[in-house]
Amino acid sequence: MMGPSAYLILSGILFAIGAIGVVARKNALIILMSVELMLNGVNVAFVAVGSYMGDPTGGIFAFMVMTVAAAEAAVGLSILIAIYRLKETIDITELSVLKW
Amino acid sequence: MVSALSNIHEYLWLILAFPLAGVVLNGIIALVAERPLLLPADGHGHDDHGGHGDAHGGHHETPAYRKLVAFIAPGMIFAAFVVAVLSVLQLTRMPAEARTVVQTLFPWIQAGGLSVSVALQLDPLSSVMILVVTGVGFLIHVYSVGYMSHEPAFARFFFYLNLFMFSMLTLVLGSSYLLMFVGWEGVGLCSYLLIGFWYEKDSASTAGKKAFVVNRVGDFGFLLAMFLVFWNFGTLNYTDVMAKIPSLQHSGILTTGLATAITLLMFVGATGKSAQIPLYVWLPDAMEGPTPVSALIHAATMVTAGVYMVARSNALFMLAPFTMGTVAVIGAATAIFAASMGICQKDIKRVLAYSTVSQLGYMFLACGVGAFGAGIFHLMTHAFFKALLFLGSGSVIHAMSGEQDMMKMGSLRKHTPITFWTMFIGTLAIAGIPGLAGFFSKDEILWRAFSSDHGSPFLWAVAAVAAGTTAFYMFRLIFLTFFGASRMDKEVEKHVHESPFSMTIPLMVLAALSICGGWLGIPAALGGSNYFEKWLEPIFEGGHKAAEAATEAIGHGAMAHHDPMEFILMGASVAVALFGIAIAYYLYMVRPEKPAKIAEGNPNLYRLVYNKYFVDELYEWLIIRRIVDWSIWLWQMFDVQFIDAIVNGVAKTVRSAGDETRKIQTGVVGNYAFSILLGAVFIVGYLIWR
Amino acid sequence: MIAIPFDSSQVMQGIASIAPEAILVCTAITVLMADLFLAEDGKWLLCWLSLAGVLAALGEVYLLGSSRIVGFSGMITSDGFGMFFSTVVLSACALVLLMATGWSERAGTQKGEFYSLILMSTTGMLIMAKGTDLMTIFLGLETLSIPIYVLVGFQRSRMTAIEGALKYFLLGAFGAAFMLYGMALIYAATGTTKIPVLVYMSVGGGMAGSSLFLAGMGLLLVGFAFKVSLFPFHMWTPDAYEGAPTLVTAFMSAAVKAAAFAALVRVAMLLFPGVSPAIGPVLWVLAVLTMTVGNISALGQNNVKRILAYSSIAHAGYIMVGLVAGDLLGSQAALFYLLVYAFMNIGAFGVLMLISQKEDDGYDIHNLRGIGFKYPVLGALLTLFLVSLAGIPPTGGFIGKFYLFSAAVKNGYIWLAILGVLNSAASIYYYLRIVVYMYFMTPEGEVVTPHTPPFGYALALCACAAVVLVLGMIPGAVLTMAEQSVLSLLM
Repeated sequence: MMGPSAYLILSGILFAIGAIGVVARKNALIILMSVELMLNGVNVAFVAVGSYMGDPTGGIFAFMVMTVAAAEAAVGLSILIAIYRLKETIDITELSVLKW
Repeated sequence: MVSALSNIHEYLWLILAFPLAGVVLNGIIALVAERPLLLPADGHGHDDHGGHGDAHGGHHETPAYRKLVAFIAPGMIFAAFVVAVLSVLQLTRMPAEARTVVQTLFPWIQAGGLSVSVALQLDPLSSVMILVVTGVGFLIHVYSVGYMSHEPAFARFFFYLNLFMFSMLTLVLGSSYLLMFVGWEGVGLCSYLLIGFWYEKDSASTAGKKAFVVNRVGDFGFLLAMFLVFWNFGTLNYTDVMAKIPSLQHSGILTTGLATAITLLMFVGATGKSAQIPLYVWLPDAMEGPTPVSALIHAATMVTAGVYMVARSNALFMLAPFTMGTVAVIGAATAIFAASMGICQKDIKRVLAYSTVSQLGYMFLACGVGAFGAGIFHLMTHAFFKALLFLGSGSVIHAMSGEQDMMKMGSLRKHTPITFWTMFIGTLAIAGIPGLAGFFSKDEILWRAFSSDHGSPFLWAVAAVAAGTTAFYMFRLIFLTFFGASRMDKEVEKHVHESPFSMTIPLMVLAALSICGGWLGIPAALGGSNYFEKWLEPIFEGGHKAAEAATEAIGHGAMAHHDPMEFILMGASVAVALFGIAIAYYLYMVRPEKPAKIAEGNPNLYRLVYNKYFVDELYEWLIIRRIVDWSIWLWQMFDVQFIDAIVNGVAKTVRSAGDETRKIQTGVVGNYAFSILLGAVFIVGYLIWR
Repeated sequence: MIAIPFDSSQVMQGIASIAPEAILVCTAITVLMADLFLAEDGKWLLCWLSLAGVLAALGEVYLLGSSRIVGFSGMITSDGFGMFFSTVVLSACALVLLMATGWSERAGTQKGEFYSLILMSTTGMLIMAKGTDLMTIFLGLETLSIPIYVLVGFQRSRMTAIEGALKYFLLGAFGAAFMLYGMALIYAATGTTKIPVLVYMSVGGGMAGSSLFLAGMGLLLVGFAFKVSLFPFHMWTPDAYEGAPTLVTAFMSAAVKAAAFAALVRVAMLLFPGVSPAIGPVLWVLAVLTMTVGNISALGQNNVKRILAYSSIAHAGYIMVGLVAGDLLGSQAALFYLLVYAFMNIGAFGVLMLISQKEDDGYDIHNLRGIGFKYPVLGALLTLFLVSLAGIPPTGGFIGKFYLFSAAVKNGYIWLAILGVLNSAASIYYYLRIVVYMYFMTPEGEVVTPHTPPFGYALALCACAAVVLVLGMIPGAVLTMAEQSVLSLLM
């Protein structure tokens, strides 16, 4: 059986892509999606390690992450809607009243 | 009664409780009765107290609550004074070695190996301090009743003043460094509140802020010293710390390096609180506060807290020769610098402020050469004559309807005879005229600066010159204020009057103390017994013993030998003082008056006479003016430009750094996320590839 | 067919270990339901109902006491440590709810969901403080965070509120992802997420050679650092604090910080010793940078809410000093400080809320001119809280700082203590500035008229003041309690 290292590398790549997306993108929705991508990277790692070790913890953790991610997405999207109603944009560079 | 008196030390806490009761009562009165007076929006006149308890407001019927405050505030302090006197009297009846009474009130912190109780310690050192604080404090409270009688915020003033007394007594009576720190912060806070008491004056509130900020620098040193003491001694109680010094020296924990670190940090704290170079800048500005405050806090009590701390820790200081040297040099330097800056001041209170800084320098010089007893002695006599001088200046300002510029005074002697005579006695005392209090204490310091193991002729010379300068500027003050022709505004001159009894009686009592206060410590060389030194001996001999154990070479500490040198030096310092007085007399009595008078009468004649004086002018230009110019230059360069620039510069730099730092907060989420990512990369990178 | 063993005593034990949380969740649902049936003028009942739930939970915490109850096969443990932080979090929550009584109408938060969100978030905090498995800590973190995102943006017609919510949400999710990835790496390195097992494996430097484990610890630290707002993960703090309704800001600054620190202290005391040579310097640098940046940034601020936000960053730095010291005394000091901090900060925000007329501009420092003498009680209270934040005796803040810095000196971190004390000295400037505006600045025009606090609000402020003073004068009992709770953690 193949060791988990390949999966870990994959998870690392997914995580990194997500992280760069968060930093580089200006659209709040895409930033939110990038965060989801990071979480998926985490899930890959958990599931891979769990199944390699025959330990259910990894799988359970991944389920928890997915649940939480869903709740987070719901709240996040509602915040975005509220913002769009007020300002008609979700470009983060235009949402910088609070600073310094 | 007898049984209560026989163990008066069980009532030590009353010394703190009385001022605290005053705080509570005056606080309630201020809150209930004075609130409407304090509302600028309600149109109540803040304009009618442009400072200094203007004597010419209308004569309204004094509200009952003000009478109550006028009774409570000094009364509480007097009660504390009585308890203090009784306690000290009982202390004198105890054998010399057993004169340390610790009264534990309640446990404060007891966890994690730290055990600190709220406890009071009465021993010879703290007994001197409480007598000075409550005694002089009481007189100043009485004086304030008269001085502040036209102040709308009467109860608030006494609320602060009593709070100050409570904190100051906590500082000197506490049995541990931690409690001292609590009092230390407390007096700082009160000082700040009282400097800014007339906060409508812009200068007053900035001065208050400056005092507080500069003091924080000092507190920082004190706090660190305290941590070091705690972790090396395992305790913060004075008695335990002193008891542990020998064993810790043997076990090699208490090295000279550690002692130097602790004592240097403590001294940083002392320079802040006691206004020594380089942290003295706040004290002259602190004169923005009401004059009784200057007398109480910025002359007699709070500013001496640093000296008290050094004396209290004398056993540690004796182990650190480097610190001792630093203390002595800083003390001597402050004495001469501040004295020379006093020469050119025009504001009567600022002269006294620089004089205070200079006198504090003497006290540190004494501590630095190992003569802690002499330092405390001077602390006491200084409290008498400087409180007298400040209160006298307050009386002058009161008479002058708020004028503080000495150039607009003159000839006040006739109008305010009591103020003049008492202030004159104070001036003689500070100038070191034989027989008065200042002579004995200052001379003791000068002699020890010369003869002690830590002293040197150089330190003596500096201190002696400073003494001459002191005599000069103090007599300049007297001559400008009380003698010569009147330079007052006509309007002001009409109202000049002697102050009420509540103000002059404290002056007279303090004048008496300025004369007799020194007789407690007449040195053996003059046939006295130096009772004061013997009284403090139990406190300071521990330090001498520890130092001997450290060096193991020096024989028994030098008790006063009847050295003929002592008389020579004594004569020299008196001569220097007289020389200073003579110059002041020439400059401000003989010389400047004549042209002014003649010019008044006949402008043309004035020119001629002026030319006649040309030789004198030259002489003055060559020598005297140089000295005054130098003083002004020193003040301008060193104080205003250099030190102030450093203080302000640091503040400005930090603040602009803050403005720059804030700018990284761009408001854009992406940048925030980038900062997080960068931080994460750094941390993980460091952990893996370190 | 093997019968699944069912051990009812185990289940009961599990339920007992989360009894306070269960009470809170039940209350939250009840409030939500009651909101549907209550008429508009009966909504005030919701707040008192929530408060009753919180107090019941607090009572339950003390019924359980400090005895060790392990629930759900080691996922959660109720012990002295949990008890201490439950006390802090629940008292903070109770104070905020007490302030909300009679205040919510004004702030527009008189809604069932507001209270149930607060209760849910509090539940998450308790879980986070008691979690003994990385999974529970993560779940607690998210349970506390998601309601807070909503609460920050609760006044959703106000631009700053919703912007603060967006920033907090995006960055919170981002930070949580780092923490999760850290957990995944730790799991990959060790095969477990249970903290006791991890302690067993890492003790004595057993895992110090594994870069996977080290990277995992680093990312875990990043996640915590975000939540407690350490530099450079602090940037959301001022914006979210400023945007949020002040009631929520007070809640966040006290309770969220305490809960996040609870989990951090647990991890730091148990897992960091195994990798201390590597992680020690990181903590040192984080502590110093955090307090310096926090204090320096606060110096030039004119918005009082933002000043307190930066001050909360600086305080996170001070508390980190205790964790750097890394011993019993340091953690004890950190615990004590968190307790004091909760009270003094809620108190300060509480007074400011009364003075400010509206959100945003209402918190300009110029509005404080002349308040001090015109409203002496409010002025004195705010001064007391600021003096305590500045660390001046005789307040709890002084004792807390004294302990933190002396712990650093004891463990040989002299420079850390020096920098800490210097920072604390610098911080006096901006706390004092507020006091100066209150007392020493003559107002231009009318002095602002503060709102008269309702009964519950006044009670909360008095409670804060009393605790701050009592902890300054007789801190012994609480210090012992903090010591016991750290000891129960190490057992």
